[in-house]
Amino acid sequence: MNKKTAWERMLLVREKDRPTIRDYIPLVFDEFWEMHGDRLYGDDGAILGGVATLEGRPVTVIAQVKGRTLEENKKSNFAMPHPEGYRKALRLMKQAEKFHRPVVCFIDTPGAFCGVEAEERGQGEAIARNLFEMMELRTPVLSIVLGEGGSGGALALGVADRVAMLENALYSVISPRGFASILWKDASREEEAANIMRITAEDLIGFGVAEDMIPEPQGGAHRDPESMAATLREYLKNTIFKFTELPIEKLLESRYDRFRKIGEFTASQPD
Amino acid sequence: MLQDLLQKVKIRAPSPLAKAAESVPLSIPKDLLFKCPRCQAVLSSEEFTAAGRVCPACGYHARLTAAQRLEETVDEGSFEEFDEGLESCNPIDFPGYGEKVAQLQAATGLREAVITGRCRIGGEAAVIVVMDSHFMMASMGSVVGEKITRAFEKAADEGLPVVAFTASGGARMQEGIVSLMQMAKTSGAVARHSRRGLLYITVLTDPTTGGVTASFASLGDIIIAEPKVLVGFAGRRVIEGTIRQRLPESFQSAEFLEEHGFVDMIVTRREMKETLSRLLAVHRGEGGACE
Ligand SMILES: [Zn+2]
Repeated sequence: MNKKTAWERMLLVREKDRPTIRDYIPLVFDEFWEMHGDRLYGDDGAILGGVATLEGRPVTVIAQVKGRTLEENKKSNFAMPHPEGYRKALRLMKQAEKFHRPVVCFIDTPGAFCGVEAEERGQGEAIARNLFEMMELRTPVLSIVLGEGGSGGALALGVADRVAMLENALYSVISPRGFASILWKDASREEEAANIMRITAEDLIGFGVAEDMIPEPQGGAHRDPESMAATLREYLKNTIFKFTELPIEKLLESRYDRFRKIGEFTASQPD
Repeated sequence: MLQDLLQKVKIRAPSPLAKAAESVPLSIPKDLLFKCPRCQAVLSSEEFTAAGRVCPACGYHARLTAAQRLEETVDEGSFEEFDEGLESCNPIDFPGYGEKVAQLQAATGLREAVITGRCRIGGEAAVIVVMDSHFMMASMGSVVGEKITRAFEKAADEGLPVVAFTASGGARMQEGIVSLMQMAKTSGAVARHSRRGLLYITVLTDPTTGGVTASFASLGDIIIAEPKVLVGFAGRRVIEGTIRQRLPESFQSAEFLEEHGFVDMIVTRREMKETLSRLLAVHRGEGGACE
């Protein structure tokens, strides 16, 4: 079988029956208690968070919520969080830190919401604060990109000790459509943009942005959500608890270095 | 004579009259005139320069080059530049990126969109970060991310405060995902500097948007903005497209941010250096609180 292009994967992750975090939670975790609100402003339906158990051990779960129906998508704003969503995520991460349990973030968003109220409530500050705090969070963090990882709105759940991508998932600085429209002034070149932007799991592993690719069932996760969930569960079991055994200072040092080394430049002699 | 002309064409708000204003100065070459993007006032470049590149009609603080900013801010002879030799690569092999960078280098005399270094401001030692929007809208790619990260790391090592003048269109899309990761990298460096109990002052200048607003620009202990500058996460046109209506001129201005609690103070260019040096002095010797 030929390898899929980034564009083909993009169409696949946008399939309306692609499983969402709400499908995975009951299949991947043993128990789950959802928690609500950022304690500052409100409860953002685009971010789901709570405490789950995996093999009897507690983990904090934070995720962006895609819906499958219009009704679901209205509630979750098509997985585009407002500032209060990022602040709710941060509150739950701090809760995890307090109780020394690892954090698992599931990334699945076209991006942070762009709107008047999001600006009024400090979308930029909310994302920035998560990056700052996650880098120093004294408990392990694992991020898994389920479908779309769109821009800063994805990264705000992505400052992790390890990043994994489902086989067809994508992670990019801007949507291919936005890329084409800004750099080529032609949004209709979105397919071409997707294919040159280097946004697939394989690309990101090459850049050191992600470590692992989690295989999907033949034809994509929507063909067999249960087997996809079983694979995810296996991956989590084998990964997350390894980090809890590391001394925290060592963990933070390697988290910092993980991002510190990303960048491509040359250093010439000053004139 | 020019004064008379300016009287005639000074228009305070975008209106049908603004079109007339555009047609009046046709006899004068475009680069001899400055048209304020906030209030559409038109004045001669000479007058505008004499006013410190501040619009006398509405107070908008226009963009400066990094060299102009340094000259206005640091004590004479005190600036020692860091990492001036860093240059971009082309991580996603985006067609034309290398040429574009080379062109801008030739046009601006800059190697990249940020200058960092050690300096004194009114006698107070600091590490300074100055972004220059004339270089690819000061978008943040590998070099910008790396220089800012190194500046914070050096400041942390030397126990120095950081003053960052931000200006940026956001992430440098031509560098793909590598540019997005600079947001995490720089924010992490700010966190480490902060953990040492050291002061970080952000000065938001026109325009500070996108991934820079969503990283180190929003993380200062003290956040200052120049009057009337544009600061926001999402582009105004993107939002207008979503809500299908025009947004007021004040949307995403420094004053808008102050009103919503995201800016500590709005400081004019004339008072900036004195304000910075006083704030640095107030925090001098208070480092190391957390370690
Ligand atoms: Zn003006």
